[in-house]
Amino acid sequence: MERGTREYALWSIAMLLVLAFAMIPVLWIISVSLKDPATITEGTNLGNTFIPQDITFDNYTTLFEGGLDNSPFIKPLINSILIALISTAIAIVLAAFAAYAIARLDFPGKALILAGALAIAMFPAISTVGPLFDMWRALGLYDTYPGLIIPYLTFALPLAIYTLVAFFREIPWDLEQAAQVDGATPFQAFRKVIVPLAAPGVFTAAILVFIFAWNDFLFAISLTSSDASRTVPAALAFFTGESQFTEPTGNIAAAAVIVTVPIIVFVLFFQRRIVAGLTAGAVKG
Amino acid sequence: MSEIVMDRITKRFADGFEAVKNMDLEVGDGEFMILVGPSGCGKSTALRMIAGLEDITDGQLRIGDEVVNEIAPKDRDIAMVFQNYALYPHMSVRDNMAFPLKLAKAPQEEIDRKVEEAARILDLTQHLDRRPANLSGGQRQRVAMGRAIVRDPKAFLMDEPLSNLDAKLRVQMRTEVSRIQSRLGTTTVYVTHDQTEAMTLGDRVAVMRTGVLQQVGSPAELYENPVNLFVAGFIGSPSMNFLPGELSGDRVKTALGELRLPDQARAGVGGDGGGRPVIVGIRPESFEDASLVGGDTRERGMTFTAKIDLVEQLGAEQYAYFQLEGEGVQSDELRELAEDAGGEDVPSSGEGQVVARLEAASGIKRGAEAELWLDLAKLHLFDPSSGKNLARS
Repeated sequence: MERGTREYALWSIAMLLVLAFAMIPVLWIISVSLKDPATITEGTNLGNTFIPQDITFDNYTTLFEGGLDNSPFIKPLINSILIALISTAIAIVLAAFAAYAIARLDFPGKALILAGALAIAMFPAISTVGPLFDMWRALGLYDTYPGLIIPYLTFALPLAIYTLVAFFREIPWDLEQAAQVDGATPFQAFRKVIVPLAAPGVFTAAILVFIFAWNDFLFAISLTSSDASRTVPAALAFFTGESQFTEPTGNIAAAAVIVTVPIIVFVLFFQRRIVAGLTAGAVKG
Repeated sequence: MSEIVMDRITKRFADGFEAVKNMDLEVGDGEFMILVGPSGCGKSTALRMIAGLEDITDGQLRIGDEVVNEIAPKDRDIAMVFQNYALYPHMSVRDNMAFPLKLAKAPQEEIDRKVEEAARILDLTQHLDRRPANLSGGQRQRVAMGRAIVRDPKAFLMDEPLSNLDAKLRVQMRTEVSRIQSRLGTTTVYVTHDQTEAMTLGDRVAVMRTGVLQQVGSPAELYENPVNLFVAGFIGSPSMNFLPGELSGDRVKTALGELRLPDQARAGVGGDGGGRPVIVGIRPESFEDASLVGGDTRERGMTFTAKIDLVEQLGAEQYAYFQLEGEGVQSDELRELAEDAGGEDVPSSGEGQVVARLEAASGIKRGAEAELWLDLAKLHLFDPSSGKNLARS
């Protein structure tokens, strides 16, 4: 008993440390976003620096001032949502077919495809940015939605394929054959039996791809030049203060909170599924 | 109208392995045909070819006068019950059973009617809205049956449907399967490795070994007239006893003594066969406690004494084991059977141990010298090299 209690205490301390390490930046950003920009640097001790003395939502409201045309935030937010959703949808559909073929069929070059997908996922993104910039300008894709969606797909597809292959491998072959004997075409068997069963996997893959696209800064800052396609992470860098001498720290913090909260909620809500998805195939052969 | 004909069918896998070799089998309309054999004998592959889940390398498959070699499973109008049931886990029992009807675009009221009816036959009515995960093994098995019968297909294919159930439930479901099949009168091909299931269920039984069909016949025919050592050893439990022997005139010399050949066997051997080695097969029930055999019957056989090693009391009957002098029988077919079965079905091929089935009234005790009687009319003779039953040729 004695040892159990001590172990428990040590584990608790370790977890609190990790939690603090992860949460303090988030809490700090929230704190900054709630302060009047003029008072951000004030405060004499940790207590009144960390905890805002006068809570104000001005930083949030100014983000949305000026409506769609003049707000620096609304259009990028829309861009972010649409680009992430479109990337996710395309990646999941393509990855589902690819993963199904890899899990179910024996075809020449299967190992090559998997290895290729893995290699692409490991490729340093920064080294593709330069060529893409030139190519996109020549092709007219620079500063457009497809201009961002295509590079996101290259990096998201391997991730999605690997996740889905693990899931499809778990589904017994017999189910599909049972469906075929029951009168289903191969596509009906896929759609009515396999996809619903792989739903948790599809979901996991979708969340991972969405977060990847949502968080990306590198491609967004390099391949966009205006609000036509600039996403939030890139747009934050272009925020301006009230005058050229004030930093837009408060607004940036507020915007950061707005784009972070949906992801946190998302992940908290689906964390069981994500964990299940990431470990699928790891335990059962 | 919906017989299944396998005409010289061969299955060769990509690696060159031949799972089924030149198989000829006709399953009559409404017949209950059992495919039985040890694991790896090709019986499941044969079934899957009928279902269309495996391509046919060579030969022709007809279902009801139609050549179906190139027809997709969904268009063959057959229903299959899988060993692991293959129920759709995301659907309720009702939806599982309705699935084939929905795919066939049957009207909703017909779907409801047929599902309700199947549920009634299978005693599943109160479980219709549950998910397969919440059902017991026996219930899942019945849902799998239900999914097959709602469609009223040309044929049922069953791939070891009872092997995942515990022993008691298996016996219960065996009767159930038999009842449903005779009630519906649908042509059925049933694969099993369990010879008891094969004997009790089938109108006819087809025994397979290493991809080759050995014998097709009624259970009684297989039991009484096996074509070769393999069928003889596979069918029956406990299995047939095999002893090495040597022909001499109308007698055969064995470790039990000189046995007079039955007429049929003598005709099969032909000539005097002097000195020819044979394998003698004796069913356990051909033995009896000599003291329980009446005068007239006694004439038919011979008596001998043996030291009983072990007695298994089963209530209605008992099994007595005793050892014989000399080498056991050596045969590839029997060795294969022994390897496959492991346990109760091992034919006494190796060490010359013999099992006798005696009446419960017999007072034979373990360790005692007992006088046993052997019915000579029921001897089987096999050729040691080819394994063929000499009495049949």
